[in-house]
Amino acid sequence: MAPRIRRHRRGHVVIELDDHERRILTDLVDQLRTMLMSGTEPSLRRLFPIAYTDDDTHEREYQSLVHGNLLEHRLSTLEVFEGSLHQTSISLEQAESWMGAINDLRLVLGTLLDVSEDDGAFDPEAESAFGHAVYHFLGALLEQVVEVLFTTLPPPSR
Amino acid sequence: MSVPPQSSTSPVEVDDPEVGSVPTADVPWIVLVWNDPINLMSYVTLVLQKVFGYGKEKATALMLDVHHKGRAVVSTGSREKAELDVYRLHEHGLWATMQQDR
Repeated sequence: MAPRIRRHRRGHVVIELDDHERRILTDLVDQLRTMLMSGTEPSLRRLFPIAYTDDDTHEREYQSLVHGNLLEHRLSTLEVFEGSLHQTSISLEQAESWMGAINDLRLVLGTLLDVSEDDGAFDPEAESAFGHAVYHFLGALLEQVVEVLFTTLPPPSR
Repeated sequence: MSVPPQSSTSPVEVDDPEVGSVPTADVPWIVLVWNDPINLMSYVTLVLQKVFGYGKEKATALMLDVHHKGRAVVSTGSREKAELDVYRLHEHGLWATMQQDR
């Protein structure tokens, strides 16, 4: 099956998602935005990581410096993603935001689901089945956006 | 966006360093990326290429180190440089930390 997100030979990026999938993504964006605006949800910890593990003073300085920038970056990435979610074709710049937003959504959902690398087979009867299905859907989309963006990298500089 | 330095790491006069000790400011910083169960391997490779300009081979080797050994040193330098590198990795949702390499 052809990827649902792929680079067109003319340069733009083709998006083939159905209405249901786009609606799910829109809902996720709404939820993440609400969480980001409300501030201190523990499930957001992967979006605001620790830089200094053994130096509280430097860590506090780092967080006070970057937290606002990181928050702003995440909100604006979500906004670009949401603004182009209904499109069947996006630019490479928009694809960067798709990558960032989908990865942020995965990080938060994965944290909420407490996923681990050796998670067993998908269990459709589990209470968290829908969450896991969405998590895998996001993973498949992200793989495809990443493949598109690999084609845009400049030659190595070092 | 920039991450300005919070404190100067320019050399200060050290009158009487302990024998054999290296002034703290001279010890280079390393930036580590840690393994995590969420980020995709291809995504981590792409981010390392994008942020550091590494070729695919080098970025893939570092990603595999992270995956198999639990962590990898992805860059080194002054504290200011390390902090900027960490910030850019954090922007991309990678689990990155920094410490002095001693």
